[in-house]
Amino acid sequence: MKVQFTCNGQPVEVEAAPTARLLDVLREDLRHTGTKEGCGEGECGACTVRIDGKTVMSCLVPIFQVHGTAVQTIEGLGAEVVHPVQAAMLAYGGAQCGICTPGLCLSAAACLEEVSHPSREQIRLALAGNLCRCTGYQKVVDAVAAALGQEPG
Amino acid sequence: MSHVDVPVYRPRSLDEAVRLRAEHPEATVFAGGTDLMVYLEAGIVRPVAILDLWGLPELRRLRSVTGGQLYGAGLTCTDVIHAPSTHPLVRDAASTVGAAQIQNRATLGGNICNSSPAGDTLPVWLALRAEFELMSVHGTRRVPAAHFWRGYKQTELRPYELLVRILVPPLAGHMHFRKVGTRMAQSISKVVFAGRYVPGVDAALAFGAVGPVPMRCPAAERALVAGARPAEVAALVESEVTPIDDVRSTAAYRRKVAGNIVRRWLESR
Repeated sequence: MKVQFTCNGQPVEVEAAPTARLLDVLREDLRHTGTKEGCGEGECGACTVRIDGKTVMSCLVPIFQVHGTAVQTIEGLGAEVVHPVQAAMLAYGGAQCGICTPGLCLSAAACLEEVSHPSREQIRLALAGNLCRCTGYQKVVDAVAAALGQEPG
Repeated sequence: MSHVDVPVYRPRSLDEAVRLRAEHPEATVFAGGTDLMVYLEAGIVRPVAILDLWGLPELRRLRSVTGGQLYGAGLTCTDVIHAPSTHPLVRDAASTVGAAQIQNRATLGGNICNSSPAGDTLPVWLALRAEFELMSVHGTRRVPAAHFWRGYKQTELRPYELLVRILVPPLAGHMHFRKVGTRMAQSISKVVFAGRYVPGVDAALAFGAVGPVPMRCPAAERALVAGARPAEVAALVESEVTPIDDVRSTAAYRRKVAGNIVRRWLESR
């Protein structure tokens, strides 16, 4: 089927089977390989993207449900000016191997938009769906807090 | 998996959805897809057609009616977490489903119809004596939650019906929800509990993941209403639940945890 949506503000049209995963369409058809596949069953958050502002696991979204929506991937976050979350991840060592980083950045960006002045606990909650096997999360949470102008904990 | 080009029906109204359901009983009904996509990828479900209920506005409303609260089956966990009038037990359960990315897609109706024994919201509907509205071209019928799950992954839903709303009657009492999993977020329940208790009058002790379908513990409930001590109620709970050993836990652990959840709740009141 033909599916039309916007990806990082650009209108796109893809031809795909209806149950094709948004993750695969992004990586294979649109060559946006910033979105990573981790577990492939919605457990790890590596494939997190935003649809109409809401974070989703792109491995669990069939492409037919993407028709008419606005998708944001890591390529669209800070495309012109580095996003505060990305800058803070760099400054605080919030990224190591990098597989979880795109998803973490999108979850953090959504948290910053949805919650005014999130506490450290709220930041942890917002990132709970993004597994990281390197950092132990401390530096990630520090980075997101710093992006808000808070002191690291 | 190999993805094939199957017909997709995307109704724009509930009436159209019900009509399409009658015309295409073979279609796989999609809501948020958070369970279904895993089954598709594993080849457990192979749709020949798809009926998509995602985003139908009529299914995404929460409103108060004379008989209580009506939850649209298409409400997402995020919707009910943020709605001010959501029942505390429903909010607690929705908050434990996955994490934000799952809560943004997973729907109440999907959780109910997927009928996983470990479905996080299922004991809540039992504890609150909820009724499910099943709609078809022949009309709407209400089925109590207690009669909806008939066996492992089997429900009362007929192939031409859709779950459209959940009615939660206004019930008083102390309420408690508890999910025990491997970690706080993103884990599937080892044991999940919803309880309601009106001292001396009425009690509901409802569990998920301790049997093929979510279940209540009638003997423990009777004892509780009659004034039994927390430890006695907990012992009855442990004898009534019917857990198994599986990838997530053991029967013995689940039995003990089920009793402990109830004992601690009753002791803390």
